[in-house]
Amino acid sequence: MTRHLKLDGPDTSRRLDGMAQGVLGRGEPRPEGALKVTGRALYTGDRQPAGAAHGALVRATITRGRVTALNAAPVLAMPGVLAVIDDPRLVRHSGPGGQPNPPEADARSVVYHGQPVALVVAETPEQARHAARALRPDYAPEDAVTDPEDPRAPVDLPEKKQASTGDLDSAIETADVVIDRSYRTASMSAAAMEPHATLAEWEGDRLTLHGTLQMLAVARAQLAAALQIGEDRIRILAPHVGGGFGSKLGITPETVAAAIAARQIGRPVYVVCARPEALEMVSRRSETLQRIRLAADESGRLTGIGHESLVSNLPGQSFSEPVQQATHFTYEAAHRRIVHRVARVHRMMAGPVRAPGEAVGATVFECAMDELADRLGLCPVALRLRNIPKAEPVSGRPYSSNMLAACLTEGARRFGWDERHAAPRARREGEWWIGMGMASAVRVNLVMEAKARVTLHPEATALVETDMTDIGTGSYAVLTQIAAELLGLPMQAVATVLGDTELPKSSGSGGSFGAASTGTAVYLACMELRSRLAEAMGCPEPDLTLKDGHAIHANTRRPIGELMGRALMQAEGHVTPGDATGKVRQATWGAHFAEVAVNAATGETRLRRMQGTFAAGRILNAQTARSQLLGGMIWGIGMALTEELVHDARDGHVVNRDLAEYHLPVNADVPALEVHLLEETDDWATPMQAKGIGELGICGAGAAILNAIHNACGVRVRSFPATLDKVLAGLEQAEAEAAG
Amino acid sequence: MTPFEYIRAGSCDEALAAAGAPGSAFIAGGTNLLDLMKHEVMTPARLVDISRLDLAGIAPTDAGTGAGTGAGTGAGLRIGALVPNSELAADPLVRRRWPLLSRALLAGASGQLRNKATTGGNLLQRTRCYYFYDTAMPCNKRQPGSGCAAREGFNRIHAILGASDACIATHPSDMAVALRALSAEVELLAPGGGRRQVPLAGFYRLPGETPQIETVLEPGEMIAAVLLPPPEGDRQIYRKVRDRASYAFALVSVAACLRMEAGRIAAAALAFGGLAPMPWRSAKVEAALIGEAPSPALFDHAADLLLAEARGQGHNDFKIPLARRTLAAVLAEACSEEMPA
Repeated sequence: MTRHLKLDGPDTSRRLDGMAQGVLGRGEPRPEGALKVTGRALYTGDRQPAGAAHGALVRATITRGRVTALNAAPVLAMPGVLAVIDDPRLVRHSGPGGQPNPPEADARSVVYHGQPVALVVAETPEQARHAARALRPDYAPEDAVTDPEDPRAPVDLPEKKQASTGDLDSAIETADVVIDRSYRTASMSAAAMEPHATLAEWEGDRLTLHGTLQMLAVARAQLAAALQIGEDRIRILAPHVGGGFGSKLGITPETVAAAIAARQIGRPVYVVCARPEALEMVSRRSETLQRIRLAADESGRLTGIGHESLVSNLPGQSFSEPVQQATHFTYEAAHRRIVHRVARVHRMMAGPVRAPGEAVGATVFECAMDELADRLGLCPVALRLRNIPKAEPVSGRPYSSNMLAACLTEGARRFGWDERHAAPRARREGEWWIGMGMASAVRVNLVMEAKARVTLHPEATALVETDMTDIGTGSYAVLTQIAAELLGLPMQAVATVLGDTELPKSSGSGGSFGAASTGTAVYLACMELRSRLAEAMGCPEPDLTLKDGHAIHANTRRPIGELMGRALMQAEGHVTPGDATGKVRQATWGAHFAEVAVNAATGETRLRRMQGTFAAGRILNAQTARSQLLGGMIWGIGMALTEELVHDARDGHVVNRDLAEYHLPVNADVPALEVHLLEETDDWATPMQAKGIGELGICGAGAAILNAIHNACGVRVRSFPATLDKVLAGLEQAEAEAAG
Repeated sequence: MTPFEYIRAGSCDEALAAAGAPGSAFIAGGTNLLDLMKHEVMTPARLVDISRLDLAGIAPTDAGTGAGTGAGTGAGLRIGALVPNSELAADPLVRRRWPLLSRALLAGASGQLRNKATTGGNLLQRTRCYYFYDTAMPCNKRQPGSGCAAREGFNRIHAILGASDACIATHPSDMAVALRALSAEVELLAPGGGRRQVPLAGFYRLPGETPQIETVLEPGEMIAAVLLPPPEGDRQIYRKVRDRASYAFALVSVAACLRMEAGRIAAAALAFGGLAPMPWRSAKVEAALIGEAPSPALFDHAADLLLAEARGQGHNDFKIPLARRTLAAVLAEACSEEMPA
């Protein structure tokens, strides 16, 4: 039996408040944690079944054109080589995030440097890689534009992403203060710890595939379309995924290649990407060029907001980094204009990467807000507080909950913001300038359709089943906790099985929607089971207490197995998004505060401390929630200071293709970070009042750091990341000006 | 990775004999070589594993029998080629008398890598030029005559001194920069029993037209030890400027070994990393400092001399002011009264 809920309005029953088990919300350790830290959790690349052959992708050494001859013969004669796969169904790039349509086929047509054009299959991974490297196709190259700012690049203006209200130009003309600045953010990689990998095996005409995927149902639909077979012939398994951050939302080129190869040679085929492939072939976050215009009166009230962006993607790709997603609803202003341009260039596909939109859009906007505060001589926190709307600008929709002011105020208090010197270059320790900066954090809240099945056994254990993935986020823990809480069972009595397309179709992991969406499906299934137990107990469900395997009502306490008549009980939960999203603006909120030291001699920046204060609905697991926010903040450190996927200006290829030169922040770059979670009850956010949390921590984080750099040394870096050469240029300029 | 023959040498003679065959390479820690082999940047046909040879000792030497170029009195040091970086950095004698070396080692790589990487191997690290690592790109160092992709490409980490039209790569070692400032010598064993000592100053070669040849090592020759003379100064600093707080190669590094007498610089040895295809040292810079009282103008003059021939490649132009400023900061610290001797 299925309990279905369409989210059309608020649910004020707040049933979780009435539960008795007391496990939900606590920082329960991950049930699969011991498997992971002892190496027994099998990730795709760990399976290594006997008899598997190994594939390596052959990748284009031109930017655009066609493969005119593969020249496979000499490679086929190499030791161990079993096949060179050159199937027209091979795909050029990853599948789009969250959509069933497959990636573009015909890999012989090259659209970016490093694109896969064929797969070499051999007995060992070393033989396959060597042969793939040795294969030298003939190409007919064509001219290609790779730089989004190249005037030759075709530019789209997607209609739905433009917006204009009032008259921004005259607001700017009549404003007391105007900020008009352009900023750049770099191309970035998701750089998940686990590189993309696929193990494909056929039995007759049925394919079993182990993959590194965030959304299994979507991946199955894409793969079925790419292979031109029915979805019912494909089973995908992904019980453990080592990080995704958007790069595993759709299938990747090796997914299709492995499936075709396994079919062709009649053996299981493994394709495990090497690190350079994960960095230059899968997907990236688009670089952005953003022009922010702010018009304000002398009290700091915004009258106009302009936010124009230029992002890029391959020709034909529907995704474009939604830079202005939060600009619509974060701050008040009567006159607004949003312009979103997409340059069509031949760089690796751009796709969603952790907090697509706000990660770069809100971050840059918060830098401009800092410049405005500086110009006004106003405290940056006060400027934000002054411009928080009462209802969503333009639409007039109410906020389901707006905790921005609370986060700003509480964050500032805890951080000691009042110790900040308003003027730059006011605090010096030896060679180091010290400064503080802040930024608002904001991220849209999303819910997706999800199903889950919960089976209750009379011996007071339960099984939660769904095709949901755990990409390191804590899905196992959180879904187990929800079931344990609602069914009155200890954590250890609930088993959660994930990552298998044979199970009910979940939301998958992405867009921070996993825990709230699939969690609600588990919640609904458990509520159905509670109703049946209540019926057996002879009481209304709300009056039933379940705790430690017992049902309690009035003066009666009975083991649930007894109520169940020794037979198992099963229910499905099914949640679908409804009208709620149209009626209110839902978002998650926060504030970042950072203190940095900038070396006056070298321009090096060292983050000294950072604090984030967030509100993201009901917290399901205090420990995994904190980890998500810490992770997001560390991503912000990377965006602010170190991370840039560099494209060679000549051919667009990724220059820094390894983790030695694609600089993720290392431990020494990450000081003690503080995370504070404010209590928030948002009845519009599912019956659990749970909201997304995986992406909020990155939104705005980098701006707090760049704003702190300015406060420290007076240098405005408007191009992320703020590597030392950019700071140094500012220091040298300031010194030259001071010297007259 | 291409197939290769593996030979585990039981003695130096065995190792030298085995390495005589063309296409041979020695392997010890393998922290760089294995990566390069996986990427097929290097494809040795035969690996001669020297990691079990008896070359792992650190021992004081008499001033007369060690490297012997030091001006001061007291003993030098002999560092076996197989001493792991972590052990060398932690050695009490090194920490006391050559702290510069210890600091440079700890500024490089990570704990895991330092445990595995050896002294000899560290000297022979290959460049981190992106295009050297990418076999889809031309590179004169990897494939002589194929061209240099870095000159017109992204060259933020590349050389401003000592480069040639054929190659603008830098040498990545921190340890070698410290050893250059400490006037180290390298002891080499040749097939057939020859043994020679080469000052580090003459060990590395500038790229010129042959960037694939990086040192004066003859085919089959092996590093046996590094020899340190007594330090010329008691004020020792290693300053490494890089893109993150740890685990990144130097954009600019300065190794300084100074001695002050009566408010004047009595001895100065300065070596630079991140600027050139080899650890860089300039006699002119040192001569200009010795005998002078420290001042910002003096440091600026030293930087002028260091950078007179410097040429940016575009993305790395910032290294010129960065080197100037880093040198000034290091000299100011080294000459300051607070500097603990």
